[in-house]
Amino acid sequence: MPKIKVPKSAPSIDMTPMVDLAFLLVTFFMLTASFRMAEPVIVDPPSSVSDKLLPENTIMVTVDDIGRPFFGISNAEAKVNALMKMADKYKVSFSPEQIKKFGGLSSFGVDIKDLPRYINATENERLKFQPQKGVPNDSLKNPQLRDWILYSAQEANGVFIRERDKAKELGKDFKGEKPRYAIKADGAAKYISVKDIIKTFTDMKIYRFNLITSLEGGASTPPPAEAKK
Amino acid sequence: MAEIAEGGGGGHGKGGKKRAKKQSTRVDMTPMVDLAFLLLTFFVLTSTFNKPKSMEITFPVPPEKIEDQPPVKNGITVILTKDHRIFYYKGQFNAVGNPDGKEPTQLSETTFSSEGLHKILMENNEYANKEITGLKAKVKSKEMADTTFKRLAMNAKGDKLSLTVLLKTDDKATYKDVIDVVDEMNICMVGKYVIVDMSAPEFGLLTEKTK
Repeated sequence: MPKIKVPKSAPSIDMTPMVDLAFLLVTFFMLTASFRMAEPVIVDPPSSVSDKLLPENTIMVTVDDIGRPFFGISNAEAKVNALMKMADKYKVSFSPEQIKKFGGLSSFGVDIKDLPRYINATENERLKFQPQKGVPNDSLKNPQLRDWILYSAQEANGVFIRERDKAKELGKDFKGEKPRYAIKADGAAKYISVKDIIKTFTDMKIYRFNLITSLEGGASTPPPAEAKK
Repeated sequence: MAEIAEGGGGGHGKGGKKRAKKQSTRVDMTPMVDLAFLLLTFFVLTSTFNKPKSMEITFPVPPEKIEDQPPVKNGITVILTKDHRIFYYKGQFNAVGNPDGKEPTQLSETTFSSEGLHKILMENNEYANKEITGLKAKVKSKEMADTTFKRLAMNAKGDKLSLTVLLKTDDKATYKDVIDVVDEMNICMVGKYVIVDMSAPEFGLLTEKTK
């Protein structure tokens, strides 16, 4: 039998256009994705019909289901400056590395005395960090939360004004937002603990907040799986 | 890591005929494509699930004197307490044995369902709802601009004929309940609401109810 010459066409097809597209999409999603640092607590905010997006530039107080307040600022520069002011006021010293590291941290819920240790800890250690009782919010004896808010508000506003003026000088459009105050609380948290936070704000004559909610019907964050204590 | 497959027909099979110069210039892109799609899937999934929404709320400036609170005419007071229970009363609070001889206020219980709180708010906020539905129709038929609608809707919500809600909670209510009520008020076009502290007689009534 004579050998039939099967045309030896490769079974592969030209994938180049597909690959091009795939990489285009990968690049797009990579660049648009904003990575969040691991939060110290998982908070499941209640749902609402509000579809307003959370502003970018926020000073946020997170309240977990047992009522511990956590503090976070989105602007790294303001965060670092606020830390320095806090360090000054509460007589806690931070090394330059610690200050730098703090700028990249997400929210935290520790006393400022424990903060250097908290910053030095690895990400996994932070989840089990002790004592993590929330930022002290005793308006008379230990108003750390108030001071954090106060200093970071000053700093964030300062950064905002500086950037705006700079943009004006260069004749560019300025797209920055004024810092806003946000409260993110767990649905199961007692309202009284949220009220304490609101009181802290209103005492500083800040009356307008963004309460963070998840979209109704949308996927909310899964319920906290790990033990929190 | 990724090995580049020798192009089709290297001709090293045992005893195979040597096919000279048939080296293809193609590289096997499959692993790369696999990786690309893996990354693509990862980024697509992580980016869409991360969308925090927020609701803007303004809290009242605390009054200088507590007695200064103005009387609320078309108002409902909603009181939240433990176990997701929810009570309300209409109009002003009348204590037992008040000087005007009005009937003392009673708390009624309701639920978070559409037959409960939603219905109550809708019924009492008829004015704003009617106005806004009318305005919406005008926007739809392009008789009115969006911005005008927003302004007029705001006016309708703020009109003295529309409902005012006072939201009060005790120590045991959860944050979710508060947000649920605020959310319901947004749905029912209640523009005037405020979260305030409970007064002592109201608390007394509440403890009696939840005993």
